[in-house]
Amino acid sequence: MGHVFYLLLRRLRTPIITIIVVYSVSVLGFVLIPGVDDQGNPWRMDFFHAFYFVSFMGSTIGFGEIPYPFTPGQRAWTIIMIYATVIGWLYSIGKIFSLFQDHSFIRLMRRNTFARRVRRIQEPFYLVCGFGYTGKRLVHRLDEQGINTVILDGSQSAIDELDAHEVGLAVPGLCADAADPDTLNIAGIRRENCIGVIALTNDDHTNLAISIDSKLVNPQRPVISRSESAGTTANLASFGTDCIIDPFETFAEHLVMSIKQPYKHIISDLIFNPHHNVLASPHQNTSGRWVVCGYGRFGRAIDKKFREYDIPVTFIEVNPPQRGAPVGTILGVGTEEETLRKADIENATGIVAGTPDDADNLSIIITARNIQPDIITVARQNLSANKPMFRAALVNLIMEPVRIIADEIFIRISTPLLMDFIELLQQEEDQWGRELLLRISAVVEDHPLDAWAYTVNQTDCPAIHDSLTRGQVVILDNLCRDPRKREDELPAFPLLLKRGEQRILLPDSVTELQVDDEILIGGQHSAQLFMNWVTYDYNVLRYIRTGVEAPGGMLWQWVSSVRKKRRRRLAAKRVDPK
Amino acid sequence: MNTEKVLFAFFILLALTFNFGFVLGDIDNPAHHNVYELYAALVVSLIATVMKFGDRTHVGAVLLATSLVADLQLIMAAVVWGYAVNFSETGLDAAMMASIVSLSAGALLSNITSVVLLILETMMVRH
Repeated sequence: MGHVFYLLLRRLRTPIITIIVVYSVSVLGFVLIPGVDDQGNPWRMDFFHAFYFVSFMGSTIGFGEIPYPFTPGQRAWTIIMIYATVIGWLYSIGKIFSLFQDHSFIRLMRRNTFARRVRRIQEPFYLVCGFGYTGKRLVHRLDEQGINTVILDGSQSAIDELDAHEVGLAVPGLCADAADPDTLNIAGIRRENCIGVIALTNDDHTNLAISIDSKLVNPQRPVISRSESAGTTANLASFGTDCIIDPFETFAEHLVMSIKQPYKHIISDLIFNPHHNVLASPHQNTSGRWVVCGYGRFGRAIDKKFREYDIPVTFIEVNPPQRGAPVGTILGVGTEEETLRKADIENATGIVAGTPDDADNLSIIITARNIQPDIITVARQNLSANKPMFRAALVNLIMEPVRIIADEIFIRISTPLLMDFIELLQQEEDQWGRELLLRISAVVEDHPLDAWAYTVNQTDCPAIHDSLTRGQVVILDNLCRDPRKREDELPAFPLLLKRGEQRILLPDSVTELQVDDEILIGGQHSAQLFMNWVTYDYNVLRYIRTGVEAPGGMLWQWVSSVRKKRRRRLAAKRVDPK
Repeated sequence: MNTEKVLFAFFILLALTFNFGFVLGDIDNPAHHNVYELYAALVVSLIATVMKFGDRTHVGAVLLATSLVADLQLIMAAVVWGYAVNFSETGLDAAMMASIVSLSAGALLSNITSVVLLILETMMVRH
């Protein structure tokens, strides 16, 4: 606010002085010029009357010649002063309006509004730098969970879109260079309740600057950064950036996983994107040669990964020598039949359309399918808006790098235990993944798969914590029972149990819980509500454990304990005939 | 030489001199205090205030504050004068004059502070 106020004052200095000078000269003139009263006696205006007259003359209200009709001298002065005051006002008001149109002033106003909105956030929030497709999706998903975010982006149109975007929470956004420490400062990077910084800009250098700033302010605070080159990745890692995501590497990894371990890929895809509830049937025969169109940064990442897993591959690239494509790369875009035939598409297992142009990718897929109808098609979708076209093209696997990154970051933030689960998943066989997938689809049916986590402690699970400290036994199965009827199971099951360093994948339902255990549950969203009931309400937990519906209030607890005692006494009397 | 600095010092000093000239004389004798001098003091003080707008230095902020105090005192003095001439039954008597002059004497003190601050700031500049 201070900045704007001082700028306003400084700019208005000349207009205000102009008004003061015009008014004072005018008032002085009326006081000095002799007039006559209604009796014809000489009379002079005093300052009070002169100021009164000038006030309504200057604003052109015009009450007339007050208090006595003017002499020609006074009228002459009035003529001059009417023009002087009107011009003075026009000039001043024009200045004020032009100030509000001024670009630097508007920018300053926006900056101030943004800073004030960030200062007002009391809840924990994440600072997201870069509001492109990835940023948008991430903010949207965090918003759905009621997590606050603050956004910085270099383009004003992205920030304007934020206002039009249907987000539930008020998300402050500013168009500014995120690498500038002062901008990061007003975006709240030094605030206690900024619990994480996410650098998603297209510029590696900016991401680097954001990460360094955050780590310098608070080394403990998690920083997630996007990186597009190995050099930046190494640099980010060197000062402890918690998570570095390379969109190209991530894309290649997902692609290899979907080829080599389709079931596990479907599971992780389900976890990343719960609304993606299409359980696509995986392809059985994925061994064989692949044709990949485009050898840019994506192509290089795919090349590296495919080599790792010994998958034979033929690349198609417009400019092989400049991009450093391997020997045997076919020249062309891949949209023409001739090029695809040169790459021996007839004998290939699958084709990856990985160019940065969505129209090219669709064209490649359709051309390839015309030549070889059974080919497995994988397309890279660059823009979210093009989703319907890719759907309509019936592509076997749509890879949307921006979505993959946004979902991964979201999971790291909302349910970190899921990352543990996915890590453990990688070590299992794909057949195991198939069984798990069957179990998941049996539990969730047509609903999206939701996952949530509990930590057995006083705040997260008060009822369980209370029972455990009383020495009672609580098993995992207790959690997954319907609180309304304990014979029924909730549509959810434990995915992971973390106990200290030990991580148990798909723990046994009779596992006894301990204090500080972390439990990951997967299932239908509706089950979470009932499960929260079990973890929070001691009486509900007791019913589920013992089948006894216990009296809740203090009075009823007392009454029942008196009754129990009396019953015991009576029983003792009956046993003892004395 | 900087025109802005000259104008700035000119108005601050002029506000002080007008104010001093007005206050000079017997406190309750209307013949010793000229209404035009009060008017000039008020107008110059207002202009001096506006000239201090937008200075973000610490000295600038204090100068603005002293100037605002002077304005307030002088406006009060002018209002009392207007009341005495146009509304009061006794007219501009000795008691009214005394309160007008004492109010502008307050403004004088504030203007002196302004000038002292200005001199101090000038002394600090070493070029």
